[in-house]
Amino acid sequence: MTTGTGDGLVWLDTPAFPEAARTALADTQLRGNLRRATGTIRDKRLAVTGELADWEQLRAAGAALKRRTLRHLDCYLVELEESVTRAGGTVHWAADADQANRIVTELVRAAGADEVVKVKSMATQEIGLNEALAEAGIAAYETDLAELIVQLGGDRPSHILVPAIHRNRGEIQGIFRREMAAWGRPAPEGLTDEPRALAEAARLHLREKFLRARVAVSGANFAIAGTGTVGVVESEGNGRMCLTLPQTLITVMGIEKVLPAWSDLEVFLQLLPRSSTGERMNPYTSTWTGRTPGDGPQDFHLVLLDNGRTATLADTVGRQALACIRCSACLNVCPVYERTGGHAYGSVYPGPIGAVLTPQLAGVDKAPSLPFASTLCGACYDACPVKINIPEVLAHLRAEVVESKRRSHRAPTPEALVMRAAAAALATPRRLSAAQRSARLGSHLLARKGRIGRLPGPLRAWSDSRDSPQPPAETFHAWWRRTHPGETRSGESR
Amino acid sequence: MNARDTVLGRIRAALADVPADEAPQDVPVARDYLADHAGADPTGLFADRVADYRAEVVRTAPADAKQAVAEALRRRGVRSLVVPPGFPEEFLPDDGPWQRLGDDPQLTVAELDAADGVLTTAAVGIAVTGTIVLDTGPGQGRRALTLLPDYHLCVVREEQIVGDVPEALAALDPARPLTFVSGPSATSDIELDRVEGVHGPRTLVVVLVGAEPVV
Repeated sequence: MTTGTGDGLVWLDTPAFPEAARTALADTQLRGNLRRATGTIRDKRLAVTGELADWEQLRAAGAALKRRTLRHLDCYLVELEESVTRAGGTVHWAADADQANRIVTELVRAAGADEVVKVKSMATQEIGLNEALAEAGIAAYETDLAELIVQLGGDRPSHILVPAIHRNRGEIQGIFRREMAAWGRPAPEGLTDEPRALAEAARLHLREKFLRARVAVSGANFAIAGTGTVGVVESEGNGRMCLTLPQTLITVMGIEKVLPAWSDLEVFLQLLPRSSTGERMNPYTSTWTGRTPGDGPQDFHLVLLDNGRTATLADTVGRQALACIRCSACLNVCPVYERTGGHAYGSVYPGPIGAVLTPQLAGVDKAPSLPFASTLCGACYDACPVKINIPEVLAHLRAEVVESKRRSHRAPTPEALVMRAAAAALATPRRLSAAQRSARLGSHLLARKGRIGRLPGPLRAWSDSRDSPQPPAETFHAWWRRTHPGETRSGESR
Repeated sequence: MNARDTVLGRIRAALADVPADEAPQDVPVARDYLADHAGADPTGLFADRVADYRAEVVRTAPADAKQAVAEALRRRGVRSLVVPPGFPEEFLPDDGPWQRLGDDPQLTVAELDAADGVLTTAAVGIAVTGTIVLDTGPGQGRRALTLLPDYHLCVVREEQIVGDVPEALAALDPARPLTFVSGPSATSDIELDRVEGVHGPRTLVVVLVGAEPVV
């Protein structure tokens, strides 16, 4: 498994999106798996969101609650720290991935354990916790079925909710048969590719790990500032196992996951399950407040993670990405994601939300191709349960990428030269007319059947994947002057 | 500077555009969504929605509840049954072919894992989502009891059913550990299609005790 860490966010060492996408597009198995899975989930999501006549009002309330929280994030985090501490938990702060990994490693050691069971968590993926624990001699066992498939396969997650979405049942069967024995209980004899049998194999394989575990590591879907209550939303019961059976529970949570009040959950517990798995409610949601004598972990630690979130917060356009509740609806509706899959994005956060989150968390210069990994069609914005305007943030980040390239290149890029020429041409109507005239003449040399295909020279890369229509024989300007003789728009310079 | 001060300092610097006199409540949140999607018959809706998750639903009158519980346990062939402290006598079958396991003193993880089933009450039922909520109160026990046995029989009284999520949250105490259960354990991790039965109880039976006798 190739894992690199770029500024606290794993895997930014993969090829840039266009190159990675080209490889993915050639993989017909991958495209078939993704088409089937995203198609299934899209239909389910539409059916259950359509059941609620006030879905738009719920989305608006979700967006507003996240806006309120983010604008007063410092107050809510301090309040959360107080309430968790009052309830018997311990709060830790981590400015970056290294600090968070160190805190968790020390807590596991202090508990005298050399292994942990893990609830699926994007935050711990983001900071590369498993790798950090392995370096410290601590084994981390993923217990979510899809994470297990990824871990056993030595693979990378490719979807926020279903990290093994790129694998079909036959591939999963193969991975379980080959790899389970090396990690613990082997796959049952004669394991078929029936999803039910595969789920049973995971149940048997992980059971012994749950029963002996002394330390669990989880993420959090939310934490309530007012009460100190932390929550995990899941399906399989692996979360419940990790949150209930071990003596020590360590929860790593991005600072943006705090919510003001317990009653605010009424919005998110309606939005999240319907948007993510297309269910009215997910099978299991667990909430806990500090520790409860005689029930569950008696040692509870909450690690509050920054790792680029405050940099994102500083951008008044980009900060809305911090409202994300990790439902993955935007991935499932994205025409680009459906065709390239998640690995092409080179980040634990793939798809449209990843294209705005990754460059912000890591810095646009670390992931300059991602803001362009979109057609700006807007399907993600329509699907987002908290109304993150992803196309707006993408366009904003594209400008930042251009700006960052300008700063780091002494000579202007070909793109910058073209844009400069365009700016000059668009500055006055006379220059525009002149440019249009020469474009019309030039296009006769380049166009085939009314389309301009691949261009030579510096425009080649841009025109490689884009056909342009041949400019019309007469421009709008010329047509207007011909059909409206004597009329001149006021203020026009001739 | 410690990490706490670093993070809080960065947040405050990042929020320079937020006016100093703006309070959290000044950021408007419109609560014009519906408080309830349940309609006229929350009990019927609850039964339908629970069954929709492929959980078994048995509707019964109070006088027949004990019998309904006993029959469900017999159908399953339960031999060892966990019954948490405080489970109401009125719903507890007098005898059956099962050994009854109390949790006082606490059962070990291995004992729970070996048990055939668990019989509990619930704190709240949510009609629209077909959810039962456990708050570890009397008759429900600590969280591990409803997790390790593969069969969970939950008795819900009709008056415990609320229409929708907002009402349920208002009725619950977040200081207690809460488990929202919607059907048997399931996964959508293989080709994004739902399959029942992973780590939690693979069979969920809800005995719904009505205020009126069911005809």
